[in-house]
Amino acid sequence: MAPSARRRPLETAGPVGVFALFIGFWYFMSYVGMSEGRRFLVPAPHVVLNRSFFGIGSAAETTPAVRSTMFKGLLLSAQVAAVGLLIAILLGMALAVLMSRARWIERSLYPYAVALQAIPVLAFVPLIGSFFDFNFRSRVIVCVIIALFPIIANTLFGLVSVDAGMHDLFTLHGASGRDRLWRLQFPAALPSIFTGLRISAGLSVIGAIVGDFFFRQGDAGIGRLIDVYRARNQTPEMFGAVILSALLGIAVFWLFGLLSRRAIGRWHETTGQR
Amino acid sequence: MASPAAAPHRDTDVLLSVCGVSMTFPDGTHALDDVTLDVRQGEFVTIVGPSGCGKSTVLRIASGLLAGATGAWELADDNLGYVFQDATLLPWRTVQRNVELFCELHGVPAKERTERASEAIDLVGLGGFEQSYPRRLSGGMLMRASLARSLVLHPKLFFFDEPFGALDEITRERLNEELLRLFLLERFGALFITHSISEAVFLSTRVLVMSSRPGRIVGEYEVPFAYPRSDDLRFEPEFAELCGRISHALRDAHR
Repeated sequence: MAPSARRRPLETAGPVGVFALFIGFWYFMSYVGMSEGRRFLVPAPHVVLNRSFFGIGSAAETTPAVRSTMFKGLLLSAQVAAVGLLIAILLGMALAVLMSRARWIERSLYPYAVALQAIPVLAFVPLIGSFFDFNFRSRVIVCVIIALFPIIANTLFGLVSVDAGMHDLFTLHGASGRDRLWRLQFPAALPSIFTGLRISAGLSVIGAIVGDFFFRQGDAGIGRLIDVYRARNQTPEMFGAVILSALLGIAVFWLFGLLSRRAIGRWHETTGQR
Repeated sequence: MASPAAAPHRDTDVLLSVCGVSMTFPDGTHALDDVTLDVRQGEFVTIVGPSGCGKSTVLRIASGLLAGATGAWELADDNLGYVFQDATLLPWRTVQRNVELFCELHGVPAKERTERASEAIDLVGLGGFEQSYPRRLSGGMLMRASLARSLVLHPKLFFFDEPFGALDEITRERLNEELLRLFLLERFGALFITHSISEAVFLSTRVLVMSSRPGRIVGEYEVPFAYPRSDDLRFEPEFAELCGRISHALRDAHR
């Protein structure tokens, strides 16, 4: 189509331009916004990348150790987020299916799902830590609690808002409850399930990183490294760790966007081309 | 199909009999009052009436979708074709897979399912669109797919609940002709709902006029024109005369 062909250069130039502006602003803040003595508070992008990942010149000695610590931390946090999200997906969808079966189940369980969403989970981190431990298991639990609600809410919404006319079709042909669930409700709910998945995927990363930040014990994930580098005044390394956290979040969000387009893009409007 | 009491007449070729059916909704709306009608093999019966007069309610009661009515009704066969105003195609399925749906629900083996679906798709003139998703189809094509979906099971009786109500005049008239072609080919009985008098006369062997709230059958008109009917029928004086009489009856009923 002609319009999209004309728009294509902008679709590349736009994001590149905004990214360049962002980097420019960063340099500006570092070299103009900060005085010589305070520049360490906002190290320039190349300093951050060099001290955290590349280790050229004066950073050659310290960087390899920093880099390996950071990637280990990132891997740990990514594993926490992935396992937490997986459990949240399975548990959340199972609970939503259960609630969609009968009104009384929904009325009995939904308040607790809402409560999970409303309570400040991170404030319970010390409690969870003392119940279990400060390692993998507890971090996953925090992650699940944070990521669970959007999956329950969106799956349930999708399952119960199927068009009445389509339900009539299945009724007319004497469809079993299982046929109705798998051939009608579940596929109809997929768009809203994926909306929930994308929200929860982001939350699971936040849960893993911020939870890690709050645990303060056990193996250090990328969240705690941010705090450690801050305490040691290693600002370039701290910025590096922040960048890795951000990249993890972006990667997860992108992955679920891709999955969503793969799964429902062919028939669902909003995931298609604009 | 479930009915509180057996309907009185038991002719072998009666596909649907509705006898003295009344319906009051829980909110107190008196929707139907003492409706009696039947549909025989090879008959095309149409109920005309204004929007909201309870025409669709008759179909919903007789098919078992709506409970709570009083009176007697009986379907000769559970295998009922039911075409709604919305095509109600499942958007995540292609045309082919949509048409296969009822076979799946009735446990027809995959190979036979595919064959029967392809056959029905060709029958409604949708050949070539098997792999299209509903969002890519026009309103008329969606309705054809919806027809094909019901044809797959070769029901002896069809309910049509204003199936072409949302279509433009040209598409509607073309689909009227297609529907008559299918009617002659498959020899099903049909109970059709519409608020278009000319559509009712063009399609039917018999037209029933319904008054509004509570819905009541206030007139019955035999349509004498022989099948197959061509589009030119719409311009015959006899056609216009019959439409005029039905139109008057409708107006009298809603004065």
